[in-house]
Amino acid sequence: MIKFDKIKKMKIDELLKKYSFMSNYFETNNFENLDYKSTLEENINKLDNEELEELGVKKDDILLKIEEYIKQMIEFLGIKEDDDVNSISIIAGTNKFGNEEKYEELKIKKGEIICIVGPTGSGKSRLLADIEWVADRDTPTNRKILINGKNPDKKWRFSSSNRLVAQLSQNMNFIMDLSVEDFLQLHAKSRLVENPKELIEKIINSANDLAGEKFERETQITDLSGGQSRALMIADTAILSKSPIVLIDEIENAGVDRKRALELLIGEEKVVLMATHDPMLALLGNKRIVINNGGIEKIIETTEEEKEILKELEVIDKRMQGLRNGLRYGENLSNI
Amino acid sequence: MNLITISGPPSSGKTAIITKLIKSFKDRKLNVGVAKFDCLYTDDDLIYKKLGIPVLKGLSGSLCPDHYFVSNIEEVVEWGVKNSLDVLITESAGLCNRCSPYIKDVKAVCVIDNLSGVNTPKKIGPMLTMADIVVITKGDIVSQAEREVFSSGVAMVNPRATIMNVNGLTGQGAYELSTLIYENDQHTDSVKGLKLRFSMPSATCSYCLGETRIGAEHQLGNVKKIEAGDLK
Repeated sequence: MIKFDKIKKMKIDELLKKYSFMSNYFETNNFENLDYKSTLEENINKLDNEELEELGVKKDDILLKIEEYIKQMIEFLGIKEDDDVNSISIIAGTNKFGNEEKYEELKIKKGEIICIVGPTGSGKSRLLADIEWVADRDTPTNRKILINGKNPDKKWRFSSSNRLVAQLSQNMNFIMDLSVEDFLQLHAKSRLVENPKELIEKIINSANDLAGEKFERETQITDLSGGQSRALMIADTAILSKSPIVLIDEIENAGVDRKRALELLIGEEKVVLMATHDPMLALLGNKRIVINNGGIEKIIETTEEEKEILKELEVIDKRMQGLRNGLRYGENLSNI
Repeated sequence: MNLITISGPPSSGKTAIITKLIKSFKDRKLNVGVAKFDCLYTDDDLIYKKLGIPVLKGLSGSLCPDHYFVSNIEEVVEWGVKNSLDVLITESAGLCNRCSPYIKDVKAVCVIDNLSGVNTPKKIGPMLTMADIVVITKGDIVSQAEREVFSSGVAMVNPRATIMNVNGLTGQGAYELSTLIYENDQHTDSVKGLKLRFSMPSATCSYCLGETRIGAEHQLGNVKKIEAGDLK
C-alpha cells in the first residue's frame, strides 16, 4: 500500500522523478503554473476559487483523485506473476429456454485457438460478453467463468487499465489523424511501456509481414488500405496489448495472411477465441464451440481427418492468394 | 425508487444505451420510466414510448438546459413516484460539455463515444470527472488500440469511475451496466434538500437579460475578457 500522506508532502519535482506518469496526469488535467519546488499539497492549497472553477474541480476532491490515480497506476505497472492468465474455463449455464447447456466445463489454455460457430443471433456475442464480463452466474446465460481454474478477482471486471479482453472487431477503421508511428507511440504511452521504440519497430514489421502491400512508419493511419489496417491492428493487439484474452470477430478476406495472423497472436501467448464461418480458420482451431438458441450445443474437437481437409483448403487458399496478387500486379492470370 | 442521471455530449449514444437498459430492467420485471431533457427538439420520447414505459419530455428552449433540469428535477421525481416506478432514468444532453446536473448520492452516468477524439476527455468538465460510471460507446468502429488510448484518457481525468465499454447497437455490455446501476436498497423518493455535485457556470450578464447589441458599453454583470494583449 502506498502512503499518500507522504506523497502529499513531496515536492512536485520529486514526485515527477518517482512517478513519471504524473506529468501525463498534470498535463491532461490542465494543471498549469505548478511550482516544482513546493509540495503537491501546497500547490493545491494555492489554487484560488476562480482557478478551481476553471479546472472544474473541488479542492478536497483533487487530492483524493490523485491518490486514486497513483494507486491504480502502481497496481497497473506492478503486474505480478499471479496476474498471468494461463487458462480460462467456461462453466455451463442455460440456453434461451432455460435448458441446461450440453457440456459441463470448457477449459481453454494459453496458446489455444477456440472457434465459435452458429447462425446469426444464436448467442455468439453473449458468449463473448460473458467472457469479457467474467460472468459469475449473474448474466442471462447463468454461465460462470473461471481464471486459472479459480474464482477470479473482481478487479477484472472494473479496472480500465488491466483489461482481461482485447477485441478485434469486424470493423477495422482508424479515426485518429496520425502517422503509424505517432499512433503507436500514443498507444505505447497509454500502456506505459518501457521500450516503445523497439516495440513500435516490431509491430510495424509484423504488420508488414501480414499485409499484402507494405506501408511506411510515416504513412497516415487513415490512408492505410483495409488489409493494412487489419494487419496493423492485429500486430498491435498481439504485441502491445496487455490483455491476455483476444476475442476475434471474423478475420476474413481482407488481404491479410490469416494463418500467420493467428500464429502471431498465439506466439504472444494469448488465449484466442474467434467467431468464424470460414472453414479454413475453423479447422486451424483446436476446438469449436457450436452455439444455438443462446446456449452451447456442443464442443467439437478438430479431428485428424478434418486436419487433412485443412491441407486441401490451404492449397486452394494459396492458389486464390496467388491469383489475387497476379491480378494486383497486372499479370495474365492464365500464367499463374 | 432508484433515480439515475445520465448525461453526455449530443450523439454520444445516450438514447441507444438507455433503450438497451430499459430492456434489461423490464426483463427483470422492474418498473422503469424515463424523463428526457433536451434543448430545442427531441423525438426520443417516441422511441421510449414504443417500449411501453412512462415518458416525460422537457424542452428548455431559451434556457440553459442544465439550469432547466435542476429547476424541474423535483417535479420529475414526484412524477416518478406517482407512476410507482422502481427506476427513474433522467437523460440530459451536456450541451456545453462542462456541466451535468449530477446530484450528490444519486447515481451519475456519463456517456461518451470513442469517435469524439483522443483529447475529448480533457475537454469535458464535471460531467465526466464527477460521474460514478463512464460508459464509452461506439467501440466497434474503432481499433482496439484506440479504445485503450481513449479509456486511459478517461481514467486520467476520473480515476474513481467505473469505466465500461458498451455497444449501443448490439447491447453488448448493457446488461452488465444495468446490474451496476440498479441497487435494491437505494431509495430516492424526493430530491428536496439534496445538493448538486458541482456548481453550474455563472452567468447573469446583460445578454442573459435580453441585450442584443455588441460592444463593451452594453456589457454589464458577469463579464470575462479574453487575454489578447494590449490592443491600444
